[in-house]
Amino acid sequence: MDPPRRTPRSVIDPVPKFRQVGFFAPPERSQSGPPDPTHSLQISDTTPAANSLSPVMIPPPRHLSDNLLLHARPATSPLRAESIAAAGRSSYDASDFFPAPLSPAPSSSYSSRIITGGDGSFFNGGKGSNGGKVVASSFPRGGFDLTAMKSSVVPASELTTVSVVNDSLGISEKEKATKGGGSAVEVKDQPTSAKQQKPKTSKAERRALQEAQRAAKAAAKADGNKASGAATSVNAKSTKPVKPAQKVDNAAVAASEKKGGDCPPEKDRKKDAPQPRMQYDDKSRVEKAKRRAVVKQTEARNRVELFRHLPQYEHESQLPDLEAKFFHLSPVHPAVYKVGLQYLTGDISGGNARCIAMLQAFQEAIKDYKVPHEKTFVRDLTAKIGSYVSFLIECRPLSISMGNAIRFLKSRIAKLPLTLSESEAKSSLQSDIERFISEKIILANKVIVKHAVTKIRDGDVLLTYGSSSAVEMILLHAHELGKQFRVVVVDSRPKLRGKLLLRRLVEKGLSCTYTHINAVSYIMHEVTRVFLGAASVLSNGTVYSRVGTACVAMVAHAFRVPVIVCCEAYKFHERVQLDSICSNELGDPNVISKVVGREDVSYLDGWANVENMQLLNLIYDATPSDYVSMIVTDYGMVPPTSVPVIVREYGREQIWI
Amino acid sequence: MHVTHLYAKTFQRNIFPKHPTRTNRHCTNSLGSIGEKTQTAENQIQWSFGSILKILSNLNISSLAKHSIETQTLKTIDVVILVLSLTKMPNVQILVNDFVNQLRKRKIEGSQATGQQTAELLRSVISQQRVPHTNQATTLINAVRAVGEQLISANPVELAVGNIVRRVLHIIREEDLSLATAAIAGLGLSAASDDEDDVERDDHHGLSAAAVAAAARSTLRLPSLQTLLEDTSDPAAIPHTSSSGGESEGKSRSVEKGSRGRKLKHDVIEAVNELIQDISTCYEQIAEQAVEHIHQNEVILTLGSSKTVLEFLYAAKEKKRSFKVFVAEGAPRYQGHLLAKELAARGSQTTLITDSAVFAMISRVNMVIVGAHAVMANGGVIAPIGLNMVALAAQRHAVPFVVLVGSHKLCPLYPHNPEVLLNELRSPSELLDFGEFSDCLDYASGAGSIHVVNPTFDYVPPKLVSLFITDTGGHNPSYMYRLIADYYSADDLVVKRRPITGS
Repeated sequence: MDPPRRTPRSVIDPVPKFRQVGFFAPPERSQSGPPDPTHSLQISDTTPAANSLSPVMIPPPRHLSDNLLLHARPATSPLRAESIAAAGRSSYDASDFFPAPLSPAPSSSYSSRIITGGDGSFFNGGKGSNGGKVVASSFPRGGFDLTAMKSSVVPASELTTVSVVNDSLGISEKEKATKGGGSAVEVKDQPTSAKQQKPKTSKAERRALQEAQRAAKAAAKADGNKASGAATSVNAKSTKPVKPAQKVDNAAVAASEKKGGDCPPEKDRKKDAPQPRMQYDDKSRVEKAKRRAVVKQTEARNRVELFRHLPQYEHESQLPDLEAKFFHLSPVHPAVYKVGLQYLTGDISGGNARCIAMLQAFQEAIKDYKVPHEKTFVRDLTAKIGSYVSFLIECRPLSISMGNAIRFLKSRIAKLPLTLSESEAKSSLQSDIERFISEKIILANKVIVKHAVTKIRDGDVLLTYGSSSAVEMILLHAHELGKQFRVVVVDSRPKLRGKLLLRRLVEKGLSCTYTHINAVSYIMHEVTRVFLGAASVLSNGTVYSRVGTACVAMVAHAFRVPVIVCCEAYKFHERVQLDSICSNELGDPNVISKVVGREDVSYLDGWANVENMQLLNLIYDATPSDYVSMIVTDYGMVPPTSVPVIVREYGREQIWI
Repeated sequence: MHVTHLYAKTFQRNIFPKHPTRTNRHCTNSLGSIGEKTQTAENQIQWSFGSILKILSNLNISSLAKHSIETQTLKTIDVVILVLSLTKMPNVQILVNDFVNQLRKRKIEGSQATGQQTAELLRSVISQQRVPHTNQATTLINAVRAVGEQLISANPVELAVGNIVRRVLHIIREEDLSLATAAIAGLGLSAASDDEDDVERDDHHGLSAAAVAAAARSTLRLPSLQTLLEDTSDPAAIPHTSSSGGESEGKSRSVEKGSRGRKLKHDVIEAVNELIQDISTCYEQIAEQAVEHIHQNEVILTLGSSKTVLEFLYAAKEKKRSFKVFVAEGAPRYQGHLLAKELAARGSQTTLITDSAVFAMISRVNMVIVGAHAVMANGGVIAPIGLNMVALAAQRHAVPFVVLVGSHKLCPLYPHNPEVLLNELRSPSELLDFGEFSDCLDYASGAGSIHVVNPTFDYVPPKLVSLFITDTGGHNPSYMYRLIADYYSADDLVVKRRPITGS
C-alpha cells in the first residue's frame, strides 16, 4: 500500500511534473482521512468548490491512481513529517505548478493579474500560520497592484507562490488541527483532496464507468483487508443516490471513520459530480423541503408535465406571505430577506445584479453576525449562510453565477484560520466578498469590454437580445470611442428587458432598431455581428442564457453572422447540458396570459381553470456551442471549445482569490 | 333618363380625389367602348348620350371622353342592349371599389377571407359582363383582368387575391377550351344540321381543318411528346385558336351559336362557384388527412393561429388520437393565445409557450404543424412572422416541418427577396406605445434614434419545409411548381399586362 503512494515523492524528477501535483496531496488528505463526522455538513458544502479545482494535467493512469488513493489511507503518519517541511518542498512544487496554468491561458497578463490580486488578499485575510507567512508577506503589495504586474516573469512567481502558500498553509493548519483539534481544518482539507482526484473524475461521462470499476476494486480490497470495508462501501453506495445532496450520509461517514480508508475518496469523488439538483418530481423530498421552507409555497396548478422536475409555485401567495413576515423575528437576516423579496418580485434581475445583491447582503449579514455560545465561528457561519442560501432559493432558484459565488464564499469561510479573532475573520470575509465583486464582476466586465470593442468596426450593425449588462457596456464604450454603428435590440415577451436596454442606449445617443424575436430572421439580413450575454457558459460550450438567446444565435448562424457571447469567467461552470429542459427555471405562468399594453389580447383570462391548458414561462435556454463563434471573457476571446480549459484552469482561482 | 342617372352616379362614385388618372381612364374606356359598340345606332338613343354628355360636362370630368363620344356615329340597335347592360355596371363597380378600399385599408386580411371575397366579386363581374358573340372568352378575361389588376395593386402582399384572379382567368380559358372541344367533337355529327343564319358565318371560312384538329388535340389530350412537337404555338394563343376555330366551322358552330355566349358565361360562373366552395371548405379536406399524419402521443408545435391548423388538430382529436400541442403565442398578434384556448376547450392537452422558448422546446416535439400565408412556386412559404425561426429550429432537431395550405394559397410566382418584397411592416404601436420613448429622443441634436421594425411575414425557404398538406393531398416542396401548373395558365402569371381594351 505504501509504495505506490510514496513513489511520486521519491521519483519526483522523472515523473512529469503535472502528475506530481496530482499525487503529492493524498498524504495530506489522508491525514484528514478520518473526517470528523460532525463536520460532514461543511464538507459537503465546500466540496462544490473543489469541483472547479482540477488543474490542467495529464491524468495519471486511472487504475493506478485509483489504487493509490484507495491505498493511501493508512499510510498517513510517516508522511506527515515530510509534509511539514513544506517550505523546502514548495520551491520545486512551485516550479512544477507554474507552467500548467500558464500555458493554456490565452491572455496570461489578465489571468496573472487576477491571480495576484487573489493571492495577496488571501494572505492578508486568511492566514496566521508560520510556514505561509514568510512567503506570503512579500505578496500583498504586488498582489494589489494590478497594473504594475509584468506578465512574463511575475505570473510565474505568483503562481508559484499560490501553490507554495497553499501547501504550507494547509500543512500548518494541519498541524494545528492535530494539536489543537481545530475542527474546521478538516473541512479545508477535503477540497484539496477532491482537487487531486479531479483530473480523473471531472468528466461526467467517465464517472459512471469509473465508479463501477472502483466499487469492484474497493470491494475486492476490502475483502482482503476487512469485511467492514466492503460493507461500508456498499453502504455508501446505496445510500448516496437516495440522500439529498446537501446532507451527506452520516452513516457512511461514520463507517468510513471506523475504517479510515476507502470511503472518503469514494465520497469525494461522488461529490465531485456537480451536486445533483433537487428534483421536484420526487414527492417525498419535496415534502421534506417544504417542511423546512421559510416561504410558504403553494404548488402552481396546471403544471407542464415535461417540467415536473422543476419547482413552480404560485407567486401571488408567496409575496404577501413573505412581506407579512418581514417584521417578525426570523432566522434570516433582514438584508438577505430584502434581497430575497427583490428576487421574488423581479426587482433585481440579471445575473450580475443578482449576484452582487446577494453578496452584499451576505456582507451585511456577516457584519452583524455574532457567534453563539458553544459554537465555532466557521461551522456556525457556514450553516447560517447555508440557511440564507436556501431561503434565497425559495424566493427564486439560484443562477449558476450565484452558485459559484456562494461556493467561493463558503470556501473562504472554511479556510479561515482558527487563530483569527471573530472580528478579524468577519472583516476578512467582508473584504473577500468585496474583492470578489470588484474583481470577478466589475473588473471582469471592463476587461470584456476592452476585448469586445475591438470587434466593432465602423458601419457595423450589431444585434443584441434582451438586456445584458456586459453587452450594454460594450456598446456604450464603442460609442464613446466614436465608432459608427447601429444597434438592433431584439426583445421578447414576457419580460421585455430589451426595452430598458433600448432606453438606456437611446439616451446615450445611439441609433437603435427595436423589434421582437419573431422578426429576428427579417432583421438578420442587415446585421453584421450578434452580441449576446449569458447567464452561464457550461463546460461543453453550451451557453446557458435568457430564453430566446438560442433562437437568435441559431438564426444568426443560419445567416452566417458571427455570434459573440460576452460572459465573465466567474459564470463558467463545469456542468454540462444538452437541452434546456433538464435544468431550467420556470417563471410565473400568469405573466404570459396577459399582454402588456394590448387589451385586445385577452383570450386567456382565467386560463388556470381550463383543464387542459398549461402556460409555460421558461427563463433560460441552452444555446449549442456550434452556434457560438466566440466567447469574450475576462481571460480573453476564446472559442466555445476552450471553455472547459478555462473552467479547469481558472476555476480554482475562485477559491484562492 | 333613369339610365342616365345611374350612369352619372357611377361616375360620381368613381371620382376618387386620390386617383384622377384612374377615373379618367375609366371614363375613357367605358365611353370609348360604348362608342365602338354603337357604330350603327343613331336616333333612338341619341338623347341618352346627349344627357350623359351634359352631366359629364357638368361634372367637368373629362373633355377627352366628351370628345370621343361626340365624334362617334351611333348606328346599331345594339346600343339599346348595351346601355341596358351599362345600367348594371354601376353595381359591380361599386363592389369593386368597396373591396379595393377595404383591401387598401387592410380591413380584410387573411388569405381565406380575401380569396373568397375576390372570387365572389369576380363572379359578379363575370355575371354582369355582357359578352359579345365573338371573342367571348377574351372579353371576360379582359374584364376580369381589369378588376384583378385593381385588386392586386390594392394590396400586393395579399397574394391570395392575385391567385384567385389568376384562377378565374384560368377557369375562363378552360371553359372556353372545353366548349370549343365539345364543338369540335360534335363536328362530324352535326355537319349538315345547320340552318341558322350567322352573321360571321363567312368570316373564317377558309381556316383549315388541320388547325382545328390541332387545337382540339391540344385541348383534349394530356401533354405528350407528340403534342409538344406538333403544337408549338404559344399557350397564350390557345383561346384565340379555339375561338376562331369554333367560329371557323360555321356549319357546326351555328348549332350552339346562339346559346354559346350564355353557355360560356354560365359554365364559368359554375366553375367560380366551385372555386368559392373549395376555398371555404378546403380546411375540411385538409383536416381529413389529419389522422394519417398524427399518431398517438404525438407532441406537436405550432405558432400563432390558423383556422386550418385548428381544424386539422381538432379532426385528429375527433378520431380519438391523444396528443399534446405546444402553441407559441406568435407575437405581435398573439393569435396563439386564441388557438391555445380553442384547443384546450376542445379537449387537447395544450401548452402555451413564448416565442422565445421555441428552440428550447423543439427538441421534445415530434412535428411542427403550421399554417401559411402563401406558397410560392418554388415551394417557399410566405408565413406569419416567426416561422422561419421555428423552421430552422425544427431542421436543427430533425423535426418534420409540415405546412397546411389550401389550394387558394398556391401562388404561381417565384419569389425574389421575399422577406422584403412580399412583406409588410405593421404599426410600431404593437411593440412600443406611442410616445413611450419621446422623453429620451432628442431630434434637435439628431443623436439617438429608434426604428421599430414589425414585419408581418416571414419567408421559409423550401429546404426547411418537409411537407405541404393541401386539400389535394401531401406534396413535397419541390413538387409545388407542378401543382401550381394545374391551377394556373402560364399567360396569366402577369395580370398587369393588360391589353388595350378594344372590345
